[in-house]
Parts: sequence; C-alpha cells; structure tokens
Amino acid sequence: MLKEELKRGIITENPILILALGLCPALAVSTSLKNGFGMGVAATFVLTCSNLIISIIKKLIPDRVRIPCFIIVIATFVTITQLVMKAYFPDLDKQLGIFVPLIVVNCIILGRAEAFASKNNIIHSLVDGIVMGLGFTVSLCILSTIREILGSNKLLGLTFLPGFKPMTLFILAPGGFFTIAFVMGIVNAVRQKNKVENA
Amino acid sequence: MNIATLVQISIGAILINNFVLTRFLGLCPFFGVSKKLSSALGMGMAVIFVMSVASMFSWIIYNYVLIPYNVTYLYTIIFILVIASLVQLVEMTLQKFSPNLYDALGIYLPLITTNCAILGVAVLNTVTEDYNFLESIVNGISSGIGFTLALVLMAGIRGKLELANIPKTLAGLPIAFIAAGLMAIAFLGFSGLNFFQSIGG
Repeated sequence: MLKEELKRGIITENPILILALGLCPALAVSTSLKNGFGMGVAATFVLTCSNLIISIIKKLIPDRVRIPCFIIVIATFVTITQLVMKAYFPDLDKQLGIFVPLIVVNCIILGRAEAFASKNNIIHSLVDGIVMGLGFTVSLCILSTIREILGSNKLLGLTFLPGFKPMTLFILAPGGFFTIAFVMGIVNAVRQKNKVENA
Repeated sequence: MNIATLVQISIGAILINNFVLTRFLGLCPFFGVSKKLSSALGMGMAVIFVMSVASMFSWIIYNYVLIPYNVTYLYTIIFILVIASLVQLVEMTLQKFSPNLYDALGIYLPLITTNCAILGVAVLNTVTEDYNFLESIVNGISSGIGFTLALVLMAGIRGKLELANIPKTLAGLPIAFIAAGLMAIAFLGFSGLNFFQSIGG
C-alpha cells in the first residue's frame, strides 16, 4: 500500500508537474538546490501536520466555515515553521524571504485539506500529507537542480563543470518559466508514450 | 513625504518588480484565468480593488495592533484572516450596493483569498519594506495594476496560441509557461529603469 501511495504522490498525481498546483513557490525558490529542498521540507511539514489536525477535527468544523478553519490551522503551522527557521536556519530564512509566510496560501496544502483530509481518516490523511509533500519536494529538487547547474554552474554551492560559462538567465525569472515548461513537456511526452504502449 | 518616492514605488511595482513576471506571485490565477480576455480583465479589477483595501487594513493592524502589543510574529495568521474577512465583506457590500459590479466581479472574489499576491503585498508593505501608510496604499494599487497588465497581456497571447500549431507534448500549460518566460525576458529590460535612484537610493 505504501508503495502505491508513494507512486501516487511522486508520479501519477505529482502536485507541481501533473496537477500544476503551488506554482509560485515552485518557481520562485528553485534557484538553488538548497533553497528548493528547504522549501520542500517546510511545505511537507506544514502539509502533514495540517492534514493530521484537520482530519482529527473534521467532525467539529461546520461545513459553511470550513475554509477559514482550514486556513487558520495551516497558518498556525506556518508560523511555527517560520519561528523554527528563523532560530535554526537564519540564512535559509533570508533566502526564501517572503515565500515562507506565503506557504499559507500554497494551493497544494489547502487543496489536500479540502479534497482529502476533511473526508478521510487520520492514518490515511497523515500518509497523504507525507507523500504529497514528498512529491512537491522531489519536483522542487528537479527544477532547482536544473536551474542551479545551468544558471550558476554549481550544485549545492560546488562548481559543477569547470570551464562551463553559466547562463545567468536561468536563475532569473524567465529561466524558471522555461525550466518548468520543458520539464512538464518531458513529463507529458513520457505519459503519452505510456498511454500508446498500454493501449 | 515626496511625490518622487511614490512615483518610484508605483513604477517599480508595475514594471520593474512586476508581481507575476519578476516576483513569481499570483501564478495560479495568472495561468488559471488567462484563457479569455474578458475574464482576465474582471479578475484584474477585482485584484486591484482587494489589494488596495488589503494593504490599507494590514498596514493599520500591523502598526497599531501588532507592534504595540509586541506580537509581530503572528502576522501570517492575522493577515490571512484580515484578507479572508475583507474579501467576504467586499463581496457582501458589492452584492448589496452595486449588483452590476458584483455580477462582473462576483465569481473572481472568492478565488482571491488564496491568491498569494494579496498576502504577498501585505507582507511586503509592512514586514519587508517598512513603507508608511500612503506608500503602502500606492504600492498596493500599483502592484494590482502590474498584475492586471501581465494577466491581460497573457490572455491576448493565449488567444493567439489557441490557433497556433504547437507540438502535442507542449500544448496547454507548457507553452503558456514558455510564453510567460519570453514576457519575463521583456520585463527584465525594465530593470534598467532606475532614473530615480539619486532620490530614492
């Protein structure tokens, strides 16, 4: 079961590359692998905890005000993340900047709360939070690895290929759009090929 | 207080640090509602409106409630609550007093709560940039205009893309990303626009 769940989160229902949710943080912080990974872990933490709490209190929340209730639960965990990050990873906090508080309005988290945690039991919601968070982290790592190598010829701060002249465009805004466009294109191509083979 | 600073802030927010194309804020509505020109305009108007009201209220609450009580670390929770209730309030007011405008903007308003550009402008005004009241409002309005500009341009481009012959693997979202990337390159050109640098630093 765990293997299937993992496959669902990372491949078939990948939040960024297939569902196209949570694009803002995905493009904004994927300038280096370290930032992308940090953002992924932070969002996974918030997603898992909010899924857990929401599935516990789902019977107490009146249907009409469920969205504000979800947002408050999410915002609480985001604030916890912010404080922890400021205390233990001040450099990362500075790099991610405004995108740490903006985890609150990350559509993946609210989307999972609404579509999954408010309807399923605690264990399933917890697992769903973890696998969806992993999917988010994996796609952020893919995007940020490509952008860091092409844009600054580095990987995790170390020089990647000596003598290769980096294309600065890739760590600027346009590079983010181009990278995700081509990664999505490759994903589409693979999916279409699989469909043809299965048919 | 001087006019040059305000002009600098508004040009900065509309062109140089365009919310969508440079700062990567509000991408979900940018790709979600940019398929038709009319809906792009409606969404843009709603965003300008909510953004200016939200920057006003979040500034007042941050400076007169959060700072005096020394609870600034709660800003994320407070701002999202303020924005969610504001959107609700705006929706009810419009419904009551201006049904025509409500019909035009109605369906876009609920979507705005989760538009990260609104929370983004509130955080930028208070926590990151430390603007004063007037500067916050100007920044709110011009960020909204910048968002609308990018959204409307994108809607025009996507209208043409519908008719173009695109490789099957890139059809849909990927080609929209590429178009946005090309627009972002064009907007990078505005970063040379620093004619107020001697005044504003």
